[in-house]
Amino acid sequence: MSELSQANPVKAPMLRETKKGSVRKHIITLLVRNELGVLARIATLIAGKGYNIEGLSVGETHERGLSRMTIEVIGDDVVIDQVVKQLRKLIDTIKVRDLTDTPHIERELALVKIHTATPRARDEVLRIAEIFRGRIVDVSQSTYTVEITGTEDKINAFVELLKPFGIMEMARTGKVALKREMANSEEDV
Amino acid sequence: MARKGADIVIETLKEEGVEYIFGHPGGAIMEVYDALYRDGTIKHILTRHEQGAGHMAEGYAKATGKVGVAMSTSGPGATNLVTAIADAYMDSVPVVFITGQVPTHLIGNDAFQEVDIVGITRPITKHNFLVKRIEDLPLIIRQAFYIARTGRPGPVLVDIPKDITQKLSDVKIPSLDEVKSSLPGYKPHTEGNSQQIKRAAKLIMSAKRPVLYVGGGAVQSEAQDELIELAELMNIPVTTTNMGKGAFPELHPLALHMLGMHGTYYANMAVYNCDLLIAVGARFDDRVTGKIEEFAPQASIIHIDIDPASISKNIVVDVPIVGDVKVVLRKLIQEIKREGAKLVFPEERHNWIRQIEKWKKLHPLTYRNSEKVIKPQYVIEEIWKATKGDAIIATGVGQHQMWAAMFYKYSYPRQFINSGGLGTMGFGLPAGIGAKIGRPEKEVFVIDGDGSFMMTMQELITAVQYKVPVKIAIINNGYLGMVRQWQELFYEKRYSEVDLSVQPDFVKLAEACGAIGFRAEKPNQVREIIEEAMKIQDKPVLLDFHVDREENVLPMVPAGKSYREMILEDGKKSVDADTMYLVG
Ligand SMILES: Cc1ncc(C[n+]2csc(CCOP(=O)(O)OP(=O)(O)O)c2C)c(N)n1
Ligand SMILES: [Mg+2]
Repeated sequence: MSELSQANPVKAPMLRETKKGSVRKHIITLLVRNELGVLARIATLIAGKGYNIEGLSVGETHERGLSRMTIEVIGDDVVIDQVVKQLRKLIDTIKVRDLTDTPHIERELALVKIHTATPRARDEVLRIAEIFRGRIVDVSQSTYTVEITGTEDKINAFVELLKPFGIMEMARTGKVALKREMANSEEDV
Repeated sequence: MARKGADIVIETLKEEGVEYIFGHPGGAIMEVYDALYRDGTIKHILTRHEQGAGHMAEGYAKATGKVGVAMSTSGPGATNLVTAIADAYMDSVPVVFITGQVPTHLIGNDAFQEVDIVGITRPITKHNFLVKRIEDLPLIIRQAFYIARTGRPGPVLVDIPKDITQKLSDVKIPSLDEVKSSLPGYKPHTEGNSQQIKRAAKLIMSAKRPVLYVGGGAVQSEAQDELIELAELMNIPVTTTNMGKGAFPELHPLALHMLGMHGTYYANMAVYNCDLLIAVGARFDDRVTGKIEEFAPQASIIHIDIDPASISKNIVVDVPIVGDVKVVLRKLIQEIKREGAKLVFPEERHNWIRQIEKWKKLHPLTYRNSEKVIKPQYVIEEIWKATKGDAIIATGVGQHQMWAAMFYKYSYPRQFINSGGLGTMGFGLPAGIGAKIGRPEKEVFVIDGDGSFMMTMQELITAVQYKVPVKIAIINNGYLGMVRQWQELFYEKRYSEVDLSVQPDFVKLAEACGAIGFRAEKPNQVREIIEEAMKIQDKPVLLDFHVDREENVLPMVPAGKSYREMILEDGKKSVDADTMYLVG
């Protein structure tokens, strides 16, 4: 043993602070070039971190060849920060932004097919749909299909109310989101 | 003028200044091989396995700084490249991989020799392309080169369906400006934020116990002059990672050599006790940091790296600077000089250097030599002496790699070529051949393990065919030595499946290939055969060193442990680093 270590008693080591963020849902918006494999590349990167994509929407923008993607993913803040940096590095991404802590507008669309065998059920569903500003977009003898847009909470609340009637099928688009431009623009309704 | 897609490939490669292609032909890439033949300007090295082609292109790129090119056919040709692609990805090596693909109309049909190589390599390339229109072909190839060599370099794959190589087109080869503007989402940073550089300069001048921690990014950007100037100007000791070797000359008095798992006692001690860590083109790999909570626990950290995603990945950084290492260091030096280049605590800095010298004396990098058996470290030292420290060294993966890192003293960037990130056994021989082809004026020694060598040994015949006079030193311990060492230290000597004592006669093997082979079984033969080998300059020479079978690589910090738990060169001592110096 060295002279120095004999001279001093062993002390507890100092510890470096390590990074750990809280785990929560993030919403990431990307402007991407509409190239072969771009979605696969993004999905591979996120899956490579062991995270599941909770929501995903993709659509063209007003600029030719550019698409807007919105991705929802549940993860550790620190890891998501890393994911965003790596997404930015992809050759086909033009802009990447984590909107979670930035004022933004988000919307989702859902189609919900509900079992409505009795006249009472039809009335009720119609009423609830009206309250939520939904529209009946398809009718059969025993079903209504309702289209509804709004925030995640609103759609969840709507779905909860309809569950007692019996939901046969539903499809949600996943969120689309854009950053707000003015801090005092009207609140989400 | 209308010409075939295959001719466009060759024309574009020439435009990129490609001198060598490492590859292997087959059905889907035949048109390109035909164009290569008809053109006759680019030299092609026919490897005996596509993995060899990939590693040769890597060795060529690592040794020269130029983009390497490897080419194969579709299906099995392409999958044989995969290990080399992953290797290049992990070590940020600029290589363009060109693969043939089945004709466009058959893609997705499970056609003969079809694999989705673009899908397979998506997570292990910096970018990859499937060419869908012949009009895009020259642009895509130029984009591939541009992406491979700029920013944080890396491998790019271009998959070309056979019909695209056969079609005719009069498409022009785009200019570099056109290439850049065709990639709006790709902006490799190079400048470095000047506010952060100012903060870094202040920290460096006011630190009491700084250490420079230098990685492969410094080699890539060839920042040796800047590193020496900064270290000398501010009197800062420098430790280099495995990938950073040669970025700072190892015989310099401020050199601490390698840190981390098989780092020197004094490098690990310095890092453990420093109050400022300046990370330069390094990425805080777990082989370097060990237990992250106890890595440089008292230090503020400055991190200079070209890759924004590398910064604050594994560790919280105080001053992040995104930019090319050489550019940023130059600005940092300017800023320090502008501020008068005065140390705030000159006495403490002086004591720090003295303390490090004490550590160096206490546990220098050493081993116990023997008269009876050849010690592997001795072989490396003799190679170092015989080559006057000027050879390029390429290695396999294992104990021999670590000894080559420790006991050869490197003095210039791109001198030490090894598989640091992926740790690919079999990398050494083909990488060494590629390096020798790229730097024919340098002596190139492959320091290989008996296990590693056998994974790509077919490339020996490639070296014979092209008269590439590499020297191959096999550190023959008859074991998968590194695994055996772990089994000895952490599994109570249960040597599960590591015995390689049944092996070919490597000297005869060399001769069978038309190379030359020498063997050393006693220490006094070591120097002799190295000197003999160095006289031969027209073909490869294989040197088979029968070394002490159970020698260990020490010092060692066991995986995931703290620097305090280092096992020293006598194999027993562990040290309580925090009692060593100033903590508390
Ligand atoms: C392709 C591959 N397979 C397995 C390993 C795991 N591995 C690391 S070192 C080693 C032993 C290498 O033996 P050898 O080349 O003889 O070198 P030595 O350690 O004996 O010097 C093995 C099996 C690896 N790194 N690469
Ligand atoms: Mg071995």
